[in-house]
Amino acid sequence: MPELQEQERIRAAVAQATADALREAEIHLPPDVKAALKSAYAAEESPVARSELEAIFENIETAERRNVPICQDTGVPVVYITIPPAVPYTDAITEGVRDGVRQATKEVPLRPNVVSPCTRENSGDNCGAGMPAVHISPGDTFTLTVLPKGAGSENVSALRMFLPSETGKIAQFITECMLRAGGKPCPPVILGIGIGSTADGAAALAKEALLEPLGEMTAFEQEIYNAVNALGIGPMGLGGKTTCLGVRIRKGGCHTASLPVALNVQCWAARRATVEVQYP
Amino acid sequence: MTTLTTPLGDEVLALKAGDRVTLSGMIYTARDEAHLRMQEAGIPFDPKGAAVYHCGPVVKEGKIIAAGPTTSARMNELSGFLLDAGVRALIGKGGMGDTVREELRGRGVYLAFTGGCAALAASRMTLKGVFFEDLGMPEAVWAIECRELPLTVAIDAEGNDLFRDVRLRAQRAFDEMF
Repeated sequence: MPELQEQERIRAAVAQATADALREAEIHLPPDVKAALKSAYAAEESPVARSELEAIFENIETAERRNVPICQDTGVPVVYITIPPAVPYTDAITEGVRDGVRQATKEVPLRPNVVSPCTRENSGDNCGAGMPAVHISPGDTFTLTVLPKGAGSENVSALRMFLPSETGKIAQFITECMLRAGGKPCPPVILGIGIGSTADGAAALAKEALLEPLGEMTAFEQEIYNAVNALGIGPMGLGGKTTCLGVRIRKGGCHTASLPVALNVQCWAARRATVEVQYP
Repeated sequence: MTTLTTPLGDEVLALKAGDRVTLSGMIYTARDEAHLRMQEAGIPFDPKGAAVYHCGPVVKEGKIIAAGPTTSARMNELSGFLLDAGVRALIGKGGMGDTVREELRGRGVYLAFTGGCAALAASRMTLKGVFFEDLGMPEAVWAIECRELPLTVAIDAEGNDLFRDVRLRAQRAFDEMF
């Protein structure tokens, strides 16, 4: 049965890539996030804000030295895969992701965070109905990106359906969300914002925006960044100049009568890693 | 920098919001489920002078691998019975509500540990035991001996609350902007 063997090979390759990406993401913070935290430290004057950031730097170094996760909330894995035309799109891909998550849960290790939504029964392996979430899109290369998402920041995410005439209220909405969130999402945070599409599409765009590295912002991203930082919430909500390390916006076409806006909040431990799947 | 050692006594009453401290000695983790269980079944450790840490650690083969704080506000309505029983310090992230600030008055403090700093915390912790293990790894009560955990006094025993001050300032800034 050569076809079955092929499926097994894809599944094993995706499993290995998932486990590798999770290990990398959980232990090593991406360079752009480290650089943004260093810039934030240089700007801070309050002793409390500086000591919070110093603890963060010591923590990043300790995680790398001891080869352990940066945060005990190792999150729930969100996985983005690109597949080139030569790779068959089958169940073997999502099954491979689940295998890889189970492997990483034991080996990294990851905290078993996935529970049934109403009974709260823990699956023990970070898998569950529809979990991990896997997003697949066509691409030139077979790559897998993981974005482990902790609850503290995810819980202050938001969605609002605006009137089409209300584009001028988006910055206020985002700033108000962060005012309410205070120190809960572990600031300094990164804000992923989805504008347009449908209600569900805007939420997906907001999370996808977090995949982009921090760097130069558009004028609108900068406007929201300035407004959120003017709140003075600071590192961990204890006051300071940096509440937000960066803002990333993704837009999608939408219904003429709609303007969905979604916010996905990411804590300072903005973990993400991409690996190439070794297949064929 | 003040050095604290559990069990804690009246020395916590002299701490001021904004002070940096280090904490050594036994601490006990507790999240939502553990608080509910303790209300029903009783506190499984000696609460006199104890420090309760809002944390669901990663534990592997009897070792603490990662143990940063979880959001304390979830325990706002679940903390009074601990303070009544003699607990002197709550440790977590993000601050706590007005009720807890009043419950701490003249009795104890809320200490903020930097969110996400799980590797740093674990490097200064030794696992000593566990209660309510059936609640699962994040929700069980883990007994941990810690060495010089770096913390910020966020709510002191006189009712000063750094998080509340920041919230009020942020609200004023928001009202000016919009």
